[in-house]
Amino acid sequence: MLEHYASIALKSIFVENLALSFFLGMCTFLAISKNVKTATGLGGAVIVIMGITIPANNLIYTYLLRPGALAWISDNYAAFDLTFLGLISYIGVIAAMVQILEMTLDRYFPALYHSLGIFLPLITVNCAILGGSLFMVERDYNFPESVVYGLGAGFGWALAIMALAGIREKMKYSDVPDGLKGLGITFIVVGLMALAFMSFGGI
Amino acid sequence: MKLIRKMLDRVEPTFKEGGKLQRFYPLYEALDTFLYTPGEVTQEPTHVRDSLDLKRLMVLVVLSLLPCIFMAFYNTGRQANLAILASDQVQAIDSWRVDALNLAGLGFDPDSFLDNIGHGALYFLPVYLVCMTVGGLWEVLFSIVRKHEVNEGFLVTGMLFPLTLPPTIPLWQVAIGISFGVVIGKEIFGGTGKNFLNPALTARAFLYFAYPSYMTGDTIWRAVDGLSGATPLGALAAAPIEQGMSAVNTSWLAAFLGDMPGSMGETSTLACLLGATMLIATRIGSWQIMAGVVVGAGALSTLFWQIGSSNSMFAMGPHWHLVVGGFAFGTVFMATDPVSAAMTNTGKWIYGVLIGLMTILIRVINPAYPEGIMLAILFGNVMAPLIDYYVIQRNIKRRQARYAS
Repeated sequence: MLEHYASIALKSIFVENLALSFFLGMCTFLAISKNVKTATGLGGAVIVIMGITIPANNLIYTYLLRPGALAWISDNYAAFDLTFLGLISYIGVIAAMVQILEMTLDRYFPALYHSLGIFLPLITVNCAILGGSLFMVERDYNFPESVVYGLGAGFGWALAIMALAGIREKMKYSDVPDGLKGLGITFIVVGLMALAFMSFGGI
Repeated sequence: MKLIRKMLDRVEPTFKEGGKLQRFYPLYEALDTFLYTPGEVTQEPTHVRDSLDLKRLMVLVVLSLLPCIFMAFYNTGRQANLAILASDQVQAIDSWRVDALNLAGLGFDPDSFLDNIGHGALYFLPVYLVCMTVGGLWEVLFSIVRKHEVNEGFLVTGMLFPLTLPPTIPLWQVAIGISFGVVIGKEIFGGTGKNFLNPALTARAFLYFAYPSYMTGDTIWRAVDGLSGATPLGALAAAPIEQGMSAVNTSWLAAFLGDMPGSMGETSTLACLLGATMLIATRIGSWQIMAGVVVGAGALSTLFWQIGSSNSMFAMGPHWHLVVGGFAFGTVFMATDPVSAAMTNTGKWIYGVLIGLMTILIRVINPAYPEGIMLAILFGNVMAPLIDYYVIQRNIKRRQARYAS
């Protein structure tokens, strides 16, 4: 049993790393990775958001949306299939969570709040986070699995952005050809990082 | 020696500014400073005085690789000769190697020292030459276009990379691999010292994922075509659980000495230990990193060994993990690469332990990649700047606290 959860966690951190093997959430990933401090803050925010929204969406899916989910109300509803409401309800949950997180950060960590700027509300439309919820549905995780998956996927994304930020800080000393400066070299770095993250592929 | 100096001095003006061959100055500079200690002195106020410059350092690394290079000749030839002896197929293998060996008056006796060296050389040297030619071409091209100096870092990359390859690798793959390693792994970041991944490992990982059938499996490790000879790790990973450690086809001592199929220069732990002694004595390789890797790998493999599980790799004890595969080679020569490793002393320990843990984790948990150290070191390289960052931040905080009171 423990092995099963450990395998989900390992998978979501390394093999199916949302940033480095699915290349989800790239806009934030590339924009906020210029220094480690902000990247750590954003990574923390993503862990919190994913750790809460994926299990929450799992509950919504299991008890409201999936075919026959409404049977717990009464047998009359057992035939209903509300999966077409999936996208809008997942994004609704995510938007609400981000809103709460934003208010919390503004109140308790104003410095981080200002350095994240526009990208904090933009987490709402970060494809990594919605992607996490959709993967959870697609793979048919149950509730405890989705908790592990949510935290693991968030942690994997955070690890990737922090490592990228570390490398980009070190690359201040590099001498990149003019044509590749900025985003160009960053894309190459991300590609090379993905190579290093392939270590658990094939499990 | 004076003659060479005189010649160099005579042609120098043609390469200096205004000379006819000014464009090729990096080439001249590379040859000059490779042969002689440069006479230039620092112009700015602060400088460090040390007789060990980058070129001397890189040459020392190549020197410490000598035992492994010797094994690349000897063991590659020996494994090929053993395979031939076992299957009695000398006549069937109709290649230029057989002709060349006959021409040199050498045979195929696995117990004869010269036969082994000769046969191994015919496998290793072509790979090495292709590697140096293609990689050197890129290096020179970049240094001429981007006007930086040709760096001896390439000598090390060009030496490490062929040592990690299986003897059966096609030469065009060597060329593609080293091109990727040198250009994408190093030169687009500005050359030696400015990259973040080890170029030799980048090249190998690229080949590993691009052409898996040439880099994994059990038919590639013995030089003779079509004869299988699984590495101990490959054999164990493929074996059913009941078979346990008996699936490993060599003795511990043979694995330690390197008398087994495997990548050309990686098989011998003893050769790597000799190299490690030299690297540590000259303080080029960091002993913290090497110790960290061994501690991390030893601890986790002991733990797995004690647990045991449904996977036959759990049966391998820590004393085995340290001698099979590329573990020793990676620990000594790849993980300690001063450019891509962690820089701070505490960071080196963390970096080393992380690589050790990841190596065993990949080897044991992931049956697809029985050889884990390559990807573990690349992972360590990716994490190294982050580790350094946190070590430095902690140090800053500690000092602030000390001076605040």
